[in-house]
Amino acid sequence: MKFGVVVFPGSNCDHDAWYAVVHNLGHTAEFVWHEASSLGDVDAVILPGGFSYGDYLRSGAIAKFSPVMAAVRRFAAEGGLVLGICNGFQILVESGLLPGALIRNRGLKFICRQVSVRLETADSPFTNAGRRGEILRIPVAHGEGCYVADERTLDELEAEDRVAFRYVENVNGSLRSIAGILNRERNILGMMPHPERASDPLMGSTDGLVVFRSMVAALALNR
Amino acid sequence: MSAITPDLVEAHQLTPDEYRRIVEILGREPTYTELGIFSVMWSEHCSYKSSRLHLRKLPTRGPHVLQGPGENAGVIDIGDGWAIAFKIESHNHPSFIEPFQGAATGVGGILRDIFTMGARPIAVLDALRFGPLDDPEAGARNRRILEGVVSGIAHYGNCFGVPTVGGETVFDPCYNGNPLVNVLALGVFRHDEIFYARASGVGNPVIYVGAKTGRDGIHGASMASAEFTEESKQKRPNVQVGDPFLEKLLLEACLEAMKTGAIVGIQDMGAAGLTCSTCEMGSRAGTGIEIDLQYVPQRETGMTPYEIMLSESQERMLLVAEKGREEEVAQVFRKWGLDAVTIGFVTGDGLLRVKDHGALVAEIPTRALAEDAPVYDRPYTKPYRRARMDWPEPAAADVQADLVALVTSGDLCSKRWIWEQYDYMVRTNTLRGPGADAAVIRIKETGTSIAVSLDGNERYCYLDPREGVRLVVAECCRNLSAVGAHPVAATNNLNFGNPERPEIMGQLVETIEGMAEACRFFETPITGGNVSLYNETLGEPVRPSPVIGIVGLMKTGPVTPTEFPRPGLAVVLVGGLGFSDWRRFGGTQYAKVILKALWGLPPALDMDYEKRVQAAVREIVRAGWAASSHDLSGGGLGVALAFTMGLWNIGAEGQLLMGALAASWLALAGPALPPAAAVPVLGLLGAAGGALWALGPALLRAYVGVSEIISTLMLNYVAALWVDYLVFGAWADPAAFSFPYSRPFPEGMRFPLLVGEIHLGALLALGLAALLAWGLRRTRWGFEVRAIGAGAEAAHAAGVAVRRYVLAVMAVSGALAGLAGVGEVAGVVHRLQQGLSPGYGFSAIIVAWMAGLHPWAVVAVAVLFAGLLNGGFVIQTAGVPAAIAAMLQALILFFVLAGEVAVRRRRRHRLLASSAAGGA
Repeated sequence: MKFGVVVFPGSNCDHDAWYAVVHNLGHTAEFVWHEASSLGDVDAVILPGGFSYGDYLRSGAIAKFSPVMAAVRRFAAEGGLVLGICNGFQILVESGLLPGALIRNRGLKFICRQVSVRLETADSPFTNAGRRGEILRIPVAHGEGCYVADERTLDELEAEDRVAFRYVENVNGSLRSIAGILNRERNILGMMPHPERASDPLMGSTDGLVVFRSMVAALALNR
Repeated sequence: MSAITPDLVEAHQLTPDEYRRIVEILGREPTYTELGIFSVMWSEHCSYKSSRLHLRKLPTRGPHVLQGPGENAGVIDIGDGWAIAFKIESHNHPSFIEPFQGAATGVGGILRDIFTMGARPIAVLDALRFGPLDDPEAGARNRRILEGVVSGIAHYGNCFGVPTVGGETVFDPCYNGNPLVNVLALGVFRHDEIFYARASGVGNPVIYVGAKTGRDGIHGASMASAEFTEESKQKRPNVQVGDPFLEKLLLEACLEAMKTGAIVGIQDMGAAGLTCSTCEMGSRAGTGIEIDLQYVPQRETGMTPYEIMLSESQERMLLVAEKGREEEVAQVFRKWGLDAVTIGFVTGDGLLRVKDHGALVAEIPTRALAEDAPVYDRPYTKPYRRARMDWPEPAAADVQADLVALVTSGDLCSKRWIWEQYDYMVRTNTLRGPGADAAVIRIKETGTSIAVSLDGNERYCYLDPREGVRLVVAECCRNLSAVGAHPVAATNNLNFGNPERPEIMGQLVETIEGMAEACRFFETPITGGNVSLYNETLGEPVRPSPVIGIVGLMKTGPVTPTEFPRPGLAVVLVGGLGFSDWRRFGGTQYAKVILKALWGLPPALDMDYEKRVQAAVREIVRAGWAASSHDLSGGGLGVALAFTMGLWNIGAEGQLLMGALAASWLALAGPALPPAAAVPVLGLLGAAGGALWALGPALLRAYVGVSEIISTLMLNYVAALWVDYLVFGAWADPAAFSFPYSRPFPEGMRFPLLVGEIHLGALLALGLAALLAWGLRRTRWGFEVRAIGAGAEAAHAAGVAVRRYVLAVMAVSGALAGLAGVGEVAGVVHRLQQGLSPGYGFSAIIVAWMAGLHPWAVVAVAVLFAGLLNGGFVIQTAGVPAAIAAMLQALILFFVLAGEVAVRRRRRHRLLASSAAGGA
């Protein structure tokens, strides 16, 4: 499978995502420049972590206007798999591809920590290789990762089984401990924890590979 | 143009002598702009005029060194055609004036030094020094500075995308008016990708790239070369403002532009901005540079040539490209949305010629500015030192309380709240991050990993600068050895007071010589560094604060942890306790925290022995025989041990007391119970009391990560005080003549005696031991508990819910301790009383350990120890002190441990032991 890793000015986990896909997962990946108007022939796309456009104004607020996001929208509308990690999640939320918003951590400080998240649904192209209730060790590193949405949206997310991950210990004050959510069509996942940082045994955990392996399995099924 | 008056010269911090020299070099009076240019280039910060003479004594060559001092960063070979660039820089003065931006631009500056050479930054470490946070006068300001500096570093490093992987934070009153912010950065590149800051090729275009020039940071370099006075706080405009996003773009654009092959030389604009980069690039290549300021991108209008030349606006670079290939370079920068403007060209006449719209504003030989700055052989005397050689009376030691005070002190306590604000994992190469001896960063391109340690010790260095800095170098190397890395090269940041004072100059000279000696001995040549002088406020200098960063190499693989991974392992002290006496204790953390004093000399260092200890430790660690390893330094053995334990319930004492307390409540104040129910309920209630007391620390440990060692230990005292409160107050026995006793338990509330004085509790203990032995061996629960003990991470990976077990195990052990308490009150003394337990909870730890943590063995060992203790009381009546029993206990423990070590040494090939790398 071929993953496209979008590079915005200020992306800084782009190389990490690329490395996880190529070296830890054993698939191919290529970078997609933010000015590209098409994603080419990629099978799935990753919006990596970082500080796109310096995250000025609000995290992800400027990135949503970049040319590549129009291509990502089209790709998603056609059913393509889109994974937004950290800043990528923030961009997806700002773009309206996922509901809610990500605001400053409750502690007001940036937090970098290995945390436990619970896989809440195995019924998605991003989580089918795991099992519901499984606890994964995946690090977080963000200053604005507190997920908020109105009650109705939260109820809806839960009713439609769209909460993909929850924090076991709620590190940033996210409502209902939400760490990652799916869109209604279940082909877009946004998550604050960094699965690409938990893909190499030397980094202390390979739990993040669940996400990438699920994507590969889902793509193989659709071929 | 203003005329040059002596006042103006003085305002530029140039001496009359230096001014005469300028006139001599130029053959005329300088213009105002030229005066500004000379003042920054000849400032202490840029010219090293006070230290240069002595810095020549440092060893700078070695088998791994590709580039020594003199370039933007030192470069060492790491094999397979790859190299590491690294260097440390201070940003002390700006961080005092504006902590957030001062620290942020400190990070930005050193990162530019690294990628200027063509290397991609892979890690940052920082050495921070602040005044104490609880200082009665400066405390509030110190807290503000600490907060600002930490968030400044986090802001810049996180956004730029470089992991902050380690460092240290120290608090001392000498930093009240002069915090230190030293940042070390490392980058990786191939040998054939090294770029130098040289303007070669006459006629080649000089290109300005990056951010626009503003009025910020003008005279930053000169500010960093003067003492602080009351007016310093007015110098805020001297501090630059950083934009990490722009720097990230600059990094990507520079590395990409370098790949075009069109770049001849490149230098960042840091201290002294455009001035420094133009004349240094020219001077190094023996060429001149001519620029016209009208082309310099400016973000403010009406800037004078003086301001443009001296601005220290951040995120700017100056590069020299091959003639005719300007467009190739410009294209790359345009792609990243950055300015790239040709502002001049390289000349052959060796002059820095600055024009403004064609009119000449400065013309100075580049060499005169960069190389011919005055070099001072400043007079120096014995180092400044006011500490006494004699020492205060040692205080009566309460070892336990002192140990707690040490591990919770500012310098030694966990700095997690600081380093969790840094993204220490980005780039997915951090094999070992902050909070350990040395950081370890994997190099993905080769099979090598880089270990880095950053250390300083201003107390040692104040007592004896020469010896102190040797200890710092030794500690750095020891930290690297603890992870099995071989130290290969060093960088240093010398933070001192005013060098014009001979006794401060004395500190500097002694330090440089001591560092030279130690670096030569440990074969870690100095590849670069920074000197920060004038760290004084109102005449009060900081203590001599050399900060040393040493880089080591190791094979990529799992890193031996610092923490003890599981109980039951032998602890080996490598290197012994070393020579020490009370005089050499005066610089220790014990002296600082407990005695609040500083005297005598730093600990003795036998470098030869140290080197052999380190070699041995490296070998042990590399062979994989050590399950964990930790160096001994600040706080010594006691603190090292406390920090290496896994899950340790040392609160049995408190849980025992709470069990006794709960039982006493039932017996004294509770409802009347039918006789058959009284004893079981008593036991259950006591167990519940102990369990609840253990559950608090367990919850804190499991969910917030609070060390249960400290919390259980502290709760022991809380429990003891509760007992005191009750036996002196509400439950006091009116008939006890104000002895701290409660009323006696009613008859029905006592454990029945079985034989002699052996009560029901003994039977209960045997039963529970059997149950536990069976449970641990035969049930899934026991299996999983043992799996966690053997390695929590592995157990987690195997699907064990570690957190639930932490809670359960702590609760069970608390319940058992509580039950012991019930046994004591209901079976033995029949009342609650002060001093109910003479340390049973602590004896229990020794018993458990000696018994190899096996329940049956615990019973046997416990009987033995009980015999010993009680035997001690009996022989007392024969005139022999009861303390002999305690000594016997200690001796037994000692021999058991020694035996353990001997046995394990014989069985070398089995996974061995935890080692503590010791030394001086």
